[in-house]
Amino acid sequence: MSEEVKNIIVSENEDYVINMGPQHPSTHGVLRLEVCLNGETVKWLRPHCGYIHRGIEKMCESLTYPQIIHLTDRMDYLSAHINNEAVCLCVEKALEVEVPERVKYIRTILAELTRLNSHQLWWSAFGMDLGALTTFFYGLRDREKILDIFEESFGSRLLHSFNTPGGLMHDVHPNFQKHIKEFIKYFRKKLPEYNQLLTDNVIFHERSKGVGYLTKEEAIAWGVTGPSGRGSGFECDIRKHYPYSAYDKVEFNEILYTEGDTFARYKARMDEMWESMNIIEQLVDNIPDDGHTAKMKAVLKLPEGEYNQRVETARGELDVLIKSDGNKTPTRVKFRSPNFNNLFVLNKIASGGKIADLVAISGSLDLVIPDIDR
Amino acid sequence: MDISQLKIKLGEKFKGIEEADKIDLSGFIVPADQLHEIIVFLKEYEKGKFNYLFNLTCTDNGDSFTMLYYMESVEERANVVVKTNIDREKPVIPTVADLFPAAEYLEREVYDLFGVVFENHPDLRRLFLEDDFGYPLRKDFKDEINIIER
Amino acid sequence: MSFNIYDLSSFTSSIDKGLNSAMTPFWATALEFVIIGLVFLLFYAVVGLFLVYAERKVCAIIQNRVGPNRVGKWGLMQTVADLIKLLTKELIPIKRSDKLLFNIAPFIVILASFMAIAAIPFSKGLQAIDFNIGIFYIIAVSSLGVVGILLAGWSSNSKYSLIGAMRSGAQIVSYELSVGLSLLTIVIFAGSMQLSTIVESQADGWWLFKGHISAFIAFIVFLIASTAETNRGPFDLAEAESELTAGFHTEYSGIKFAFFFLAEYMNMFIVASIAVTVFLGGWMPLHIGGWAGFNHIMDFIPPLVWYIMKTAFIIYVIMWFKWTFPRLRIDQLLTLEWKYLLPINLVNIVLVAFLTLMGWYF
Repeated sequence: MSEEVKNIIVSENEDYVINMGPQHPSTHGVLRLEVCLNGETVKWLRPHCGYIHRGIEKMCESLTYPQIIHLTDRMDYLSAHINNEAVCLCVEKALEVEVPERVKYIRTILAELTRLNSHQLWWSAFGMDLGALTTFFYGLRDREKILDIFEESFGSRLLHSFNTPGGLMHDVHPNFQKHIKEFIKYFRKKLPEYNQLLTDNVIFHERSKGVGYLTKEEAIAWGVTGPSGRGSGFECDIRKHYPYSAYDKVEFNEILYTEGDTFARYKARMDEMWESMNIIEQLVDNIPDDGHTAKMKAVLKLPEGEYNQRVETARGELDVLIKSDGNKTPTRVKFRSPNFNNLFVLNKIASGGKIADLVAISGSLDLVIPDIDR
Repeated sequence: MDISQLKIKLGEKFKGIEEADKIDLSGFIVPADQLHEIIVFLKEYEKGKFNYLFNLTCTDNGDSFTMLYYMESVEERANVVVKTNIDREKPVIPTVADLFPAAEYLEREVYDLFGVVFENHPDLRRLFLEDDFGYPLRKDFKDEINIIER
Repeated sequence: MSFNIYDLSSFTSSIDKGLNSAMTPFWATALEFVIIGLVFLLFYAVVGLFLVYAERKVCAIIQNRVGPNRVGKWGLMQTVADLIKLLTKELIPIKRSDKLLFNIAPFIVILASFMAIAAIPFSKGLQAIDFNIGIFYIIAVSSLGVVGILLAGWSSNSKYSLIGAMRSGAQIVSYELSVGLSLLTIVIFAGSMQLSTIVESQADGWWLFKGHISAFIAFIVFLIASTAETNRGPFDLAEAESELTAGFHTEYSGIKFAFFFLAEYMNMFIVASIAVTVFLGGWMPLHIGGWAGFNHIMDFIPPLVWYIMKTAFIIYVIMWFKWTFPRLRIDQLLTLEWKYLLPINLVNIVLVAFLTLMGWYF
């Protein structure tokens, strides 16, 4: 009897504590949420992470700089390319290397394709969590087209490790531009279908409007970035305010909504998909032709000091901090991951709502758990 | 925002501020016991409040730990890093979790991986690892089973 | 035996005469009971199997894929394979659960849906019992299903099952009101609760068209309420996998789980049958009052085929709901019933009474 009641804490006022996870269909990864309920209402919740802690930061201290790239893929695997780009940019900044324009354009195009791909998967899983099971198939069907483009140029669909300090590992496939243009034409017709299925549905509005309210001050104080923060009005788009790669050569809007509820975060991501397509269209026809990598030494040794690079992944702001002592391996690498800050605001915004709201809120924050644990 | 003016204002109010090597962002090296007041000052600086703490971490220098606090002012788009050195044998530092809620968890991570104790932290527990694991990101962490020394 | 596809009452009465002439009336009636029971059992099983297959195919088409197509031609044997798999699964007993209630709960749910089938007119002359209070009987008997669900949740001795069963119970009890009231509108129009009379009265047009506005409103409300009754579609919070629990049937495995599963599909069939009988004419072909030539053409298709087509259409619509809409939260579910559907229904009943008094219907 005692073993079975160990996980049940019953207090006088009929609160009971249950576990969601670590294996659960809607937490999207190995995350354990300890939720205290009173009937259907959530009183508080505590996330327990660390189930997929692999010690990436420690491993980086014994690997050379080109080798670190392969580890960063596995942190937030849905923005794999952007993670790689962050480390490459940091190393290039430290070595004061100027990469060719072609590299900047291709990196930006790939970053936007990765962002599109990640938002498609988010949309599929979000609809499925709320019960509209068909969204899963529509989103993944369109995502396959992007993954085909990736597979053609890099050989792998999700974790490519295509960037290297100084440029790209090899040049892209000759059909790269053609396939991207075909995809953009195809997807511009398909994206309104997503709105018809989910965004304009009145049941969905009831499930998401007014649910999980996050103010702008709270977003800044908790460090919630990315579309989750921009849904609350926090202007945190690194691409706009601290541009890198080819982002200063394109015109795009920063998507801001002020309502701060689940629906605003949802709309922010849907609008970001349109903006990504605009950015790709502006860049894909003008890729210059000046080589796919700069001249780099065989063994990279960064000068002493601390170097910091901030990029915008699909989920928020990723910071890479590299501290070097002049050797060929870094002394300390720190990844400030966006999902880490986004997760811990869950207690604040889900308390007081119902369990069904908890599922909707954690879906709208778009958490990828390996990024939290690294 | 004029960082040199910020440095002058800081120098007027606090002692022992040095300017860090400007590689990337402007930074200040501050003594550890004044850390909390300096962060409060920066958070309420009238020319642009540094209200967004975007990174909080620790590095191991071999003979001391250095804590790094990266802050941004969202209105003025200025970034600054505050560094302090703390003792390696007994690493203790006041917490900033009362000023920035995000810091509560970032500091827990530093406690988990380095062993730095934060005074007045609301809930100082380990985040990722078990209670008897040791502090892996220290340079003198030895694990014969899992780590292969080259 | 005479077999007239257009009027099966000659077939059934010839069997009746044959039996009565072969043995005493008592034994003939007893044998008829057994035959009808067996026929319904077979019908229940076959239709349930087919509906599971149909759901998977419909779901696949909506989701832009193919569905089962390996086991048997076009995947028709898929459900049989699933059934065999379920039969061979271990029945996991639970410690300290109420064994009797735990075991009879699935049977109560099946019993409720079984008893409701008995009153549905499938074709002219093909109806097991023709009560003069047909609709009242059906509503009463299908309410028994709630008892099975609550027993299942209670006797599983698990707080997850209890939460799920409570939610289900609240949902079903609330929506029964809307179901009953919306059926009442057609009873007022037709003037009788007897199902065969209701079907006969649609000989010059289905009530959905004859009763114009109020029948249309009643039909929409009935569709929504009956989807909620059967725990399907956007109202399946109690058994959704991505919510906290699998609902009241978390602790059931093997054949008992198969019973709950089957009962849900048969409930959907019953609900579709009732909608078809009351609103869409049952086995009555599509007639337009006064167009004798048109009606004569429509009469060529046998009534049984009409009935099957209409039921299939309603079942398709109900399946369509499930795979398109997201789920409602439990408080939104109950709000929908008590604050929206019930007032609409009450206003509709007053409207129907007024229309009937004035004679302003076709």
